[in-house]
Amino acid sequence: MTQLAEPAPLEILVVDDNEDDVLLLQESFRELPSVSLMHAVHDGEQALAFLRREGSFAAAGRPGLVLLDINMPKKNGFEVLAEMKGDPLLRMIPVVMLTTSSREADVLSAYNGGACSFVTKPVSFDRLKLIAGHFASYWTTVVQVPKKPGD
Amino acid sequence: MPDDIQPQPIEILLVDDNDDDVVLLTESFKDSRFLNLLQVVPDGVEALAYLRREGAYRAARTPGLILLDINMPKMNGFEVLQVIKADPQLRMIPVIMLTTSTRDEDIARSYDGGACSFVAKPVNLEKLKEVVKQFALYWTLVSIVPPRRSGD
Repeated sequence: MTQLAEPAPLEILVVDDNEDDVLLLQESFRELPSVSLMHAVHDGEQALAFLRREGSFAAAGRPGLVLLDINMPKKNGFEVLAEMKGDPLLRMIPVVMLTTSSREADVLSAYNGGACSFVTKPVSFDRLKLIAGHFASYWTTVVQVPKKPGD
Repeated sequence: MPDDIQPQPIEILLVDDNDDDVVLLTESFKDSRFLNLLQVVPDGVEALAYLRREGAYRAARTPGLILLDINMPKMNGFEVLQVIKADPQLRMIPVIMLTTSTRDEDIARSYDGGACSFVAKPVNLEKLKEVVKQFALYWTLVSIVPPRRSGD
């Protein structure tokens, strides 16, 4: 296989209230050197606080990509997406919906709301690892994400 | 997607005025693991006519994805992106900027304007084929594209 350019390190923010899913994602990404750092927060309010570096997230890094669950307490994924896309400082961060849903209405709402991509969580761990690998290849070797402000 | 489902081919609209690039991309998509249908238009005006099924494009189908060059005659890629993202009938279609540029301003402007991804065209054919393969894997195996409009 032809080697592409050296993958650009990618920092990902995972927003998911399901602990098991977060652990599985962490496990899958750990094997992929291109994902330099994965942060996890558990609801929509925390996600926005992280992105805006509020409260305990004052020192948070700016992620290159957000992986956003839909069904979450406090603020659901669509609400977080709407706030991000309405915020001039956050709107350029690509948001990938990562959810157990594959309902057409959810897919459509996600893209209409400015999501970049809609990924359905696979049921099996092997499949999740496969998906995580292709996911990381795409976002680190094929795509260039926006530079962080100040970089 | 359930684990036993095979990737579905998706239809891609490529908007690019450079004939050489179109030939190389068509070749690369043919080589990629998935048989994606690639429709090609040479500029932004044609792209919008295609998406709105105007004139010669009355029978055109809504693509699952749009690959959009930046530097084009008539309307540049940023202008096309803006029109697509402001149109309630079209805004859900993921737009991927595919360009020779790697300028930070172009990357920022693309994402700010609602592009889903920014892909720099590799100059070398082998690398282009690898990029297209990873691209096809992602959009057919990992990510779902929006459902088609009724009538498609």
